[in-house]
Amino acid sequence: MTAIAGKQRTRPQPRRIYARPVATTGFWSWFTTIDHKRIGILYGVTATTFFVIGGIEALLIRTQLVAPNGQILDENLYNQIFTMHGLTMIFFAVMPLSSAFFNYLLPLMIGAKDVAFPRLNAFSYWVFLASGLFLYSSIFFSGMPDGGWFNYAPLNFFGPDPGGLHSGSTQAAAQIHQARMLYYSLGLQIAGIASLASAVNFIVTILNMRAPGMTLMRMPVFVWMTFVTSFLLLFAMPVIAIALWQLMLQVRYGAPFFDPGAGGDPILWQHMFWLFGHPEVYILILPAFGIVSEIIPTFARKPIFGYAAMVFAGIAIGFLGWGVWAHHMFTVGLGPVANTAFSLTTMLIAVPTGVKIFNWIGTLWGGHLRFRTPMLFAIGLVGMFTIGGLSGVTHAVVPHDTQQQDTYYIVAHFHYVLFGGAIFGLFGGLYYWWPKIFGWMLDDRIGKVHFWLMLIGFNLAFGPMHILGLHGMPRRIWRYDAGMGWDLWNLVSTIGAFVIAASIVIFFANVAISRSRRIEAGNDPWDARTLEWLTTSPPPADNFKEVPVVASRDELWHRKYAGEDGTQPVRVPAGAAQNHDDHDDHDGHGEHHPLPSYYPTITALGMPIAAYGMFFEGPGQIILLTIGAAVMLFGIFGWVFEPSAE
Amino acid sequence: MRSCPREGSGEAPRVVRGLSRWAAVGGLAVLLAACARSGDGMIPQNALDPAGPIARAQDRLWDIVFPVAVVVFILVQGLIIVAVVRFRDRGESQPPKQVHGNTRLEVVWTIIPTLILIGIAIPTVDTIFRLSAPAVPDALRVRVIGKQYWWQFEYMNAGTGAPIRTASELHIPTGREVFIELDGQSKDDGADVIHSFWVPRLAGKQDYVPGHMRTMRIQADNPGTYPGQCAEFCGLSHADMRFAVVAHTPAEFDQWLADQSRAATQPTTDRTRQGFELVAGQGCLGCHTIEGHPQNAGARVGPDLTHFAKQEKFAGYTYPQTNENLKQWIRNPQSLKMGAQMPDWGGGSPLSEQQLDALVAYLQSLR
Repeated sequence: MTAIAGKQRTRPQPRRIYARPVATTGFWSWFTTIDHKRIGILYGVTATTFFVIGGIEALLIRTQLVAPNGQILDENLYNQIFTMHGLTMIFFAVMPLSSAFFNYLLPLMIGAKDVAFPRLNAFSYWVFLASGLFLYSSIFFSGMPDGGWFNYAPLNFFGPDPGGLHSGSTQAAAQIHQARMLYYSLGLQIAGIASLASAVNFIVTILNMRAPGMTLMRMPVFVWMTFVTSFLLLFAMPVIAIALWQLMLQVRYGAPFFDPGAGGDPILWQHMFWLFGHPEVYILILPAFGIVSEIIPTFARKPIFGYAAMVFAGIAIGFLGWGVWAHHMFTVGLGPVANTAFSLTTMLIAVPTGVKIFNWIGTLWGGHLRFRTPMLFAIGLVGMFTIGGLSGVTHAVVPHDTQQQDTYYIVAHFHYVLFGGAIFGLFGGLYYWWPKIFGWMLDDRIGKVHFWLMLIGFNLAFGPMHILGLHGMPRRIWRYDAGMGWDLWNLVSTIGAFVIAASIVIFFANVAISRSRRIEAGNDPWDARTLEWLTTSPPPADNFKEVPVVASRDELWHRKYAGEDGTQPVRVPAGAAQNHDDHDDHDGHGEHHPLPSYYPTITALGMPIAAYGMFFEGPGQIILLTIGAAVMLFGIFGWVFEPSAE
Repeated sequence: MRSCPREGSGEAPRVVRGLSRWAAVGGLAVLLAACARSGDGMIPQNALDPAGPIARAQDRLWDIVFPVAVVVFILVQGLIIVAVVRFRDRGESQPPKQVHGNTRLEVVWTIIPTLILIGIAIPTVDTIFRLSAPAVPDALRVRVIGKQYWWQFEYMNAGTGAPIRTASELHIPTGREVFIELDGQSKDDGADVIHSFWVPRLAGKQDYVPGHMRTMRIQADNPGTYPGQCAEFCGLSHADMRFAVVAHTPAEFDQWLADQSRAATQPTTDRTRQGFELVAGQGCLGCHTIEGHPQNAGARVGPDLTHFAKQEKFAGYTYPQTNENLKQWIRNPQSLKMGAQMPDWGGGSPLSEQQLDALVAYLQSLR
């Protein structure tokens, strides 16, 4: 929309102040790029950095818990660190890593030259980065948020030290607590804006930017999962935004949304949080499902088994994901009717999830499986996620869930889903698309060491937590006594965490070693099936020299191999492959050379400035809010009025 | 089955071997799970070792769903292993047959899980409604208040004199239902944040929610001490918000009630008398109740100390009641339990060592 406005306004005489940057290489060009591939890399690098930070937090937690009455951390630090571990891994590692793949691959996989709104895409990234830096800046001021990622009311406004006996005075306690909660609510509100903007962008891109012949049911499963995830984001983010807004008003101005003493209700927060929070789980896992659905067919050399079922299972999970939130609240006391309803929906959602698992196995079945590193991670996901799915079904058994809820059994469950699922999938994706993105291969042998070490470490770290939980160890406790029977499994779990850490070090070593070796990848190193492998590695700025015309699902495969579906394919001799249809195509898929832009970055910068204003009273608040708003307005106006491409 | 290449049939023995290996692994898992539930008292909060009818009803569902999960686990992992072994690339020059799906198979693996889940759902829903039944008429009713960071128990239909309140230790009779009222609506006791009442061997947890009344039931078969702890994150000392349910035979429980109904022991030595006076002079009674102390104001901010010395542990059932621990606690509660809402009595005008000894001696005499 804004791009069109820009076109009309600035011709014929673009004014200097709105001149666009032109550099597409060099350090500063990263700040103005609107190329979806470079933004994808920015997302990937930033998310990996946050993943390492979240991982260090995890190691601190596990070190504290390695033995009874650990002394590494105190209550105050422990609570901050487990809170930030959750927030970091969810909002600043797994979501943006998925986003990195969406950004880089989505246009390539549907044969588009870019996303629908390239500048909005840059804006998403800078807002995401700003929110992460804003949240972590709390470490230099009040200390980090300490209410858990779920940050339940009334603790979120009542505070952990209402009498101020730890902080020195009630006033000091209130100030520290208010600041930490503002970092939480404002930081996540800003992060949500980034997610909303990219959700809109991806939905429009998928609906409008597909290459000729790329019908919806010819799209790769990864693109479908991006589509479903984007809709989940589109509907889930406003829910948490409202809850966070209410929390901000409650902690900053005393609006009693969640205060039972003033007519509010703490349960309201739980409903809002989990109405967002459960779809969020699928936001985290569906992209990994999409990645695995690309990797397995490539390395099995067979199409995905039951494509339509796979797609519809994803959509069904997307829909059902909205109807299960209260299974996070089985111990709240919603009563037998509500508990029954959410028990049944929770069991129901296992069905489409099972369909996906069986279809992946169906894809393996009868294939010629090549066990390169991406394939190992993909199969690892299928196996490990299954464990998380099965423990998920046990949660649906409400009376027994009252034993599981808020224990390490739950911690085990969601790490099998989000680490065994999402992280394995994302690492698989990194190994799989690395050659496409950088043009050189990651070493396969080192990659395999990474995989096996990670698989072992993962099971050592999180497997024992099932037992710990059933043996009565609650979550979020900074210490436990000897004599509870928890010593052994905590020790094993901590060892596992360090094995995982070692595997991550090996991953980085692999990147460094492979980079120095630089084994060229070529366009299609895996003999893959989808369009991104048609173009060069890395792809040119406009992705494809010629927009591909798509005649079938697994288009690239069909250009390489002849033969009817369901039969043994025959390789087409080199050079004999040709476009099915060479007609000229100018309906929106012509030349595309968008210029970089300052304005998405500037607009994003205004947000944390305004957010810091909320920490002050009086003039300080007004000044910062005004500066923040002015920066945003300047950015938006510049965005609208800058000359369009060429 | 279109998806099964015919030439694979020659590999059946390998498949069988793979499956049997996985069956062995599964058997081991079941064995481990069985060990996990062994009730030798080494794991005092073991949810798999129920000690009363409520926990047993919940555990029975685990006995249904866990074996099902193990079978599905073995099936899925077994299929993965078989596929990985059987269909690994052997350097074939041509790709395999391009199979796109198999409708019959896909319908089967949609319907069979649905049927299994229905099988799990029926006993689940049945148990949900059975456990939410109202209290039986002769149940012992206990009003429970969760506070940062300890539990207060008030015995509703027991005793005749002043209300009986205990902190962090809940005493119950065996073989009788105990109906817990988690009273988040209390005006007198000032609800703060959400906590969760959990004694794993007696029942699953129930949240304590400010602004709401929540109920649950527990029951113990045999006398003993059943530890529990707050399960919902409630702030700095969430980990130290522990408690214990002490089950007595009905006769012993009646005796316990009678003891608790008595007013506090009067001081008999010089030292305890000094402590008795310090309790009033230092303002302890502004927050604590000591029934029978002339300056008692019935305050309920902190734990009721009337029978303090009968407890085993204090500060949220965290520290044994030794003289040293108690002195340290009075001197500086934050050093033992961060965020504890008891003021620091060593700050402004520190108590002398001698005064501390007297205070502790008095507390230790409150049997």
